[in-house]
Amino acid sequence: MAERFVKIYPRFERFWHWTQMALIFGLLFTGLAVNGLNPLIPFGPAVMLHIIAALALIILWVFAIFWHITTGTWVHYVPTTRGLLKVARFYAWGIFKGEHHPYRKAYWRKHNPLQALTYLALKLVLFPAIWVTGVIYLTYNFWDTAPNATLWLTIVANLHLLAAYAIAAFVLAHVYLLTVGHSFRDHVRPMITGFDKIDLTSEEEAYLETDEPARIR
Amino acid sequence: MRPSFVFAVAGALWLAATAALAQGSGAPAIPGTGSTADHSKFEILKKEFTSAPEVTGACLSCHTEADDQVMHSIHFTWEFENTTTGQLLGKRHVINAFCGNVAGNEPRCTSCHAGYGWDDMSVAPQEAGVTPDCLVCHDRSGQYTKTATAAGLPPLDPVKPGTKTITGAEAWPVDLAKAAQSVGPPGRENCGQCHFYGGGGDNVKHGDLSSVLYDPARDVDVHMSSEGGNMVCSDCHVTDRHEWAGSRYDVTAADTRGPGMPHERRDVATCQSCHGTEPHPASLKGVKLNDHTDKLACQTCHIPEFARGGVATKMVWDWSTAGKMGDDGKPLSVENYTQGDGKHRHTYLATKGDFVWEENVEPLYAWFNGQVEYTTGDQTIDPTQVVEVNRISGSPEDGDSRIWPFKRLIGRQAYDAKLNHLAYSHVWGPATDTAFWTNFDWGKAIEAGMNAAGVEYSGEYGFVNTHMYWPITHMVAPAEQALDCAECHASDGRMSGIDGVYMPGRTPFSTAGILGLALIAATVLALGIHALGRLFTRKDGDA
Repeated sequence: MAERFVKIYPRFERFWHWTQMALIFGLLFTGLAVNGLNPLIPFGPAVMLHIIAALALIILWVFAIFWHITTGTWVHYVPTTRGLLKVARFYAWGIFKGEHHPYRKAYWRKHNPLQALTYLALKLVLFPAIWVTGVIYLTYNFWDTAPNATLWLTIVANLHLLAAYAIAAFVLAHVYLLTVGHSFRDHVRPMITGFDKIDLTSEEEAYLETDEPARIR
Repeated sequence: MRPSFVFAVAGALWLAATAALAQGSGAPAIPGTGSTADHSKFEILKKEFTSAPEVTGACLSCHTEADDQVMHSIHFTWEFENTTTGQLLGKRHVINAFCGNVAGNEPRCTSCHAGYGWDDMSVAPQEAGVTPDCLVCHDRSGQYTKTATAAGLPPLDPVKPGTKTITGAEAWPVDLAKAAQSVGPPGRENCGQCHFYGGGGDNVKHGDLSSVLYDPARDVDVHMSSEGGNMVCSDCHVTDRHEWAGSRYDVTAADTRGPGMPHERRDVATCQSCHGTEPHPASLKGVKLNDHTDKLACQTCHIPEFARGGVATKMVWDWSTAGKMGDDGKPLSVENYTQGDGKHRHTYLATKGDFVWEENVEPLYAWFNGQVEYTTGDQTIDPTQVVEVNRISGSPEDGDSRIWPFKRLIGRQAYDAKLNHLAYSHVWGPATDTAFWTNFDWGKAIEAGMNAAGVEYSGEYGFVNTHMYWPITHMVAPAEQALDCAECHASDGRMSGIDGVYMPGRTPFSTAGILGLALIAATVLALGIHALGRLFTRKDGDA
């Protein structure tokens, strides 16, 4: 076993992550204004920027889904109960005792089980909830003659709002967890350089050095 | 430069010059100005007219059907039967919150009638043999007018000193022949001399129809301004055989048909009949604005305020305080309001009571399906409540209603205190001993008014608070001055009293909004506790 820096976040994934971050911040900022709680941007421009950012994010998601499927990256998000309780126990208890994180990253499994489950829920529940309600909301013009259109619009808009607040809660927790451990920078760096500290078996190390030398340093 | 090119250019110039010369000298100018008839060349119009009805006779010698058409129009009948509510309306029948009623005050009120000599509301003008007035609408000489108190007749030479016109100006002798020879399609001046002065003065009644519209700046009315469309009233209020589109009694509140084929529609004066049902540009913003057309009238955003351009409108009229005499024993008058154009307006008159004037007024908004029901003189009112002189109908559910802007006049006017009916009053009548404006005795004035209207009167009167609504539809601002989103999309915005719509930005603390904020608060709390735990144990785990 050796600890080496291995590239586990390829260029597209990093581009996807940071673009998504910028767009989600933009959407939260403008969305809060559309909801009447952000006086820093007027309503009209907020609506326009919100729509543009949302459409951009949907396009980004289409590319990201394609990328996950074609590269097989989706397997990182397959939920597992193996080690899940240990990780949960670490964040709830062990962290205050100075314990070590129970999960060791593998280059073929870069997220811990709790992390993988959270991201999966985000991708399968919250993101679809926000964009499905958003698209229905945005296309009101096409269904405004339906019976009880105003009631449906109210329901859709409120679900959209709730999903947005839930995503904001995720963002808070996500950023907070970057402060856990020795340094914030150590947590952020892999998503910038792509390289993270990974435990490798000697066979893995040998394989990477021989066949994918660019992924290891 | 090659010689052949030089020759070619010189040749072309020579050809162009000769062509221009040929056109300048040879082709005669096309005669006329938008019409095939020059009325100053008609023999029958060149004679000396001694009375206004004679002019009408001359018009009819060619325009054989015109008088019959006019006599079927509301401009002449002052009567409107609402087929939906079954109410018989029109100036001949209704009571309003301004000057009250026509019955009993005819020669004054009928000064703006499109006919000559109608002086009794109890007889229809068609039956009374009233001659239609062609000139009031078609005079283009600019010097035709009507006397303020002569049942629609114009001031003719010699004009009695002190005579006023329908706009309140000092009267001048009208040259009938000059007017007759000038005729053409109506301009803003024609319609305006009556419609801008409704309620007894400039912009008193409508709020969105004032003398400013004779020549409005672009920001006051983008359609009628000479810097804008330079349009006249009948460009929108299209006609069919002297019947005009656009009615305040039966409003087309929602037009989902749009323009139809070019020049097809002669039935409505709606914005949509020109601008279509999806009027905003095919951009992201335009699409979003078009989202609003199923809920809002165009006017709601595009007329941000009424009574713009310097002429105020009357917002409160309290008749109950009328009749005060000054220290000199003469009828009291107070001019305590100076409007934007510098003119002073009366805030109290012994003849009319107290007024409140306002300019650049933010409208009142309400769902409106176009139906207006009047509290006519035969309806029983509840004097302990504010009486709605004209109830506007509409609801968010019916699909035919839109949110419209309104002017609301707050009134206080006479009613029969025993029978609980709105009262007719006889205010004008310099020669009677009952008219309020000469005798200042409400008892006599109301009794005479009730008599003139032919309705029962208990003999007891009081004053009741009233509201009257006027849909706002003129003074459309240029697009760039339409209401900003945040005027309504805010918690205390203009639509705060409107039900039946979902409006983002209006209720940030709705149930979902509070739930969401609670989720954020809970997250922050949980993370805070976690962080404090790490801080106090000082044993940050190795993540």
